[in-house]
Amino acid sequence: MNEADGRHGDKPGAAKWYELFSRGARDWLRHDEKVREAVRANLPEIIAGGEVINDSSRTVRVPVRMLEHYHFRLRRPEESQGAGQGKAKPGDVFSDPTRQQGPGNKGEGGRDEGEIQLLLEFKVDDIVDWLWEEMQLPNLKARAGPSDETDWVREGWDRRGARSRLDRRRSFKELVKRRGTPGATPTFTDEDLRFRQLTRRRQPAVHAVVFFMLDVSGSMSDRDRKLAKTFFFWVVQGLRRAYRSLETVFVAHTTEAWEFNEPDFFQVSGTGGTVASTGLAKVREIIDARYNPGRSNIYLFYASDGDNSVSDAGDARAALSTIAGDACFTGYVEVSSGLSRQLATETGKLFAELTAAGCAAGSYALNDFDDVWGAVRHFFTAESHAGDAAPSGDPAPPPGNP
Amino acid sequence: MSEGWQNYVRRIEELAAASGLKFHPVDFEAVPDSFMMEIAVYGLPVRMPHWSFGVRYIYQLIQRHMGHSRLFEVVFPGNPGHAYLAESNGLAENILVTAHVLGHADFARNNLLFRRCQEQVSERIVEHAANHARQIQQAIETHGAQRVEAALDAALSLEQHVDIDQALRRPRYPEYLEDAKALVDDEFHRRFAALEPAAGGSVVESKKRAPVPAHPERDLLWFVANYAPEMESWERDIFLAVREESFYFYPVFATQIMNEGWASYWHARLLREADFVPQQAYLDAIKCHSDVVRPVAAEQQVSLSINPYHLGFAMWEKIVAKDGLEAARHIMEQDDDFGFVRNHLTRELADELGLFRYSARSDGQIKVLEADLTALHEALLGPKYNFGAPTVSAMRVRNDGTLELVHDSSVDGRGLDLERSRKVLDYLQKLWRRPIVLTTVNQAGSALELTAP
Repeated sequence: MNEADGRHGDKPGAAKWYELFSRGARDWLRHDEKVREAVRANLPEIIAGGEVINDSSRTVRVPVRMLEHYHFRLRRPEESQGAGQGKAKPGDVFSDPTRQQGPGNKGEGGRDEGEIQLLLEFKVDDIVDWLWEEMQLPNLKARAGPSDETDWVREGWDRRGARSRLDRRRSFKELVKRRGTPGATPTFTDEDLRFRQLTRRRQPAVHAVVFFMLDVSGSMSDRDRKLAKTFFFWVVQGLRRAYRSLETVFVAHTTEAWEFNEPDFFQVSGTGGTVASTGLAKVREIIDARYNPGRSNIYLFYASDGDNSVSDAGDARAALSTIAGDACFTGYVEVSSGLSRQLATETGKLFAELTAAGCAAGSYALNDFDDVWGAVRHFFTAESHAGDAAPSGDPAPPPGNP
Repeated sequence: MSEGWQNYVRRIEELAAASGLKFHPVDFEAVPDSFMMEIAVYGLPVRMPHWSFGVRYIYQLIQRHMGHSRLFEVVFPGNPGHAYLAESNGLAENILVTAHVLGHADFARNNLLFRRCQEQVSERIVEHAANHARQIQQAIETHGAQRVEAALDAALSLEQHVDIDQALRRPRYPEYLEDAKALVDDEFHRRFAALEPAAGGSVVESKKRAPVPAHPERDLLWFVANYAPEMESWERDIFLAVREESFYFYPVFATQIMNEGWASYWHARLLREADFVPQQAYLDAIKCHSDVVRPVAAEQQVSLSINPYHLGFAMWEKIVAKDGLEAARHIMEQDDDFGFVRNHLTRELADELGLFRYSARSDGQIKVLEADLTALHEALLGPKYNFGAPTVSAMRVRNDGTLELVHDSSVDGRGLDLERSRKVLDYLQKLWRRPIVLTTVNQAGSALELTAP
């Protein structure tokens, strides 16, 4: 037909609008955005679930279902009728486990919307930003004095330098100063050129080290360890906001203590009793060997079910107080899934004493993944108050001063 | 795309016209597969933006990725009609598809339901929908994407709730109840009124405001657009735009078996009669035809759904063979799927095709039930009642503006899915801006009220 021929004949090579623009993709992006909004709105609950943490990369994956645009729909019946075709006699029975939905919904939206799961990836930094906004957590104050770290800072001008550092405005001023007579076409000479100079400056310490100490004695279940891991993960994220360089040290103990690297740390399980002082002694040892409390911000977070052996109380108290003296903050989470003893344990008492003595310390009972957020909030607000009051805290020097 | 197909279009059209097909001219356009897919997702070449289409788009992408669905053509009725053909179609496929499209064009021009809806919506639905999309784009610019999305969330969630038996542009309910007394106008009453003028003095009193709605109203889109107490006019426009598109979609939905069957019947027949098609293309086209109308996927023995192309095709073949083409055309003009299946899917044909009825338990166990033709008809048609939606009507607007919706569970046999219904109420409440109450029944069959907010 004419129209048909004409349509194809008229503009060869001219791109049709639909080759340049996909409405489906646009609406899909909007859907994606909505999912992200929804995830963001429920973030604490979602990431408190242990599954989302993705080791070693800076992202978190959240499994989400596709959103459904809701319509009025009948309740799914116990038994539905449908029509089929093929070689089947009355009375034949087959089983079709994939066929969850009755045949009743052939209209739009009749698909089972839950079929497809998306795995949304979020940057941990974004999430932490959202959370800190959401929970109105204070930003931590770094304490500690100067460090050996240096950085290049812009300072002053020179007549020689790399082309890329030429300061045009400054150079032009020099030219104007030299000629003094407006009107004439200015010509630059080498004399006029000014180059920005850089110099090395020592930076104030923004270095921190976090000790994660985990009780891996026989009484700690997998679930307890997972709870601790989730909590530790978010602690690291929170501290990273405040410190440019953050080191982590992982110590596990039963009646002995060992240092581990991160991947192994959470896999470790031990047997036997709990002697917290061994772990604390190990931490002390590592601090003395590698870190200078004057230059590093030291944090200790200890996760345990609290069943420290009674005879260890004295040693543990002593070890803990020496660490607490050097640390910005020491925190204790009691992971006791199922039993909620609310810190009335041996270890719980130790930390309670510490807090009572005015040290920057805090405790929190973590019974379930839902509590992880409570714990994070608790420690970060406690830490920032402790930071305000801590008598040992050197005021951070104003940046830029050597 | 194979250019050779263009040369066949006119010859196929001539052949179709000679075979008694009466259709408006059709514009054929070959488009990339990606665009075909979008047309299938949106139902129209240009349609309003909404995230729910994005979800369907992804499903479609995945399906296509898995090789489940291949789209050859999409055709829009009208004068002229528009047919979009996939650029990836081969020559044989395009010849087949051209014939198929003409079958649809004949159906759309002559079927009463289609005709009525085209009279209502106009014969230029494609342009109308593009206009709606533009209008909504303007609303987004003026009122912000969020507010427009809220309106679309509500309107599109009610898209099946239209009353196709009313006019597209229907008047509002009368403001006042008709005065029953005034209707009586005989000798006696005239003399009586003349005797004592004061007796007729209660005219003011008798003028009573009509309740809103005047009767249970199932056209929820229309009702909300007209009677929502605090809706902005642009929001009403969005509701009416969605409603207009639903009026267009209804005949497509309600005649799917007939319409696809009719088009398949004609593409097969025209292809047989088209002696100008080269041998090889003919064979390829026949192969393609048998793929389209095959009852069950190749690897399966039994299918739990029925391919409408196959069923419709088989029924039309039977009808034409038995009663002749004239009778078939008559049926095509007058029926929709309900009449078509109930009247013309006979016991013999159902047996011949191996149709059966089954019951599926929620644990996935499926049992084939004994043959019962009437029940088979209803099992086939069940998903099509009421545009595939539950029967929900607006019953009353209370003095404080509260909207009362009622679900008629006696028609549907069971209550609503509560969680989804609640979500729909949430969408709607944002526009209605007063409370909404929905009555349905629970599992035990006793009445249950959902409210928003």
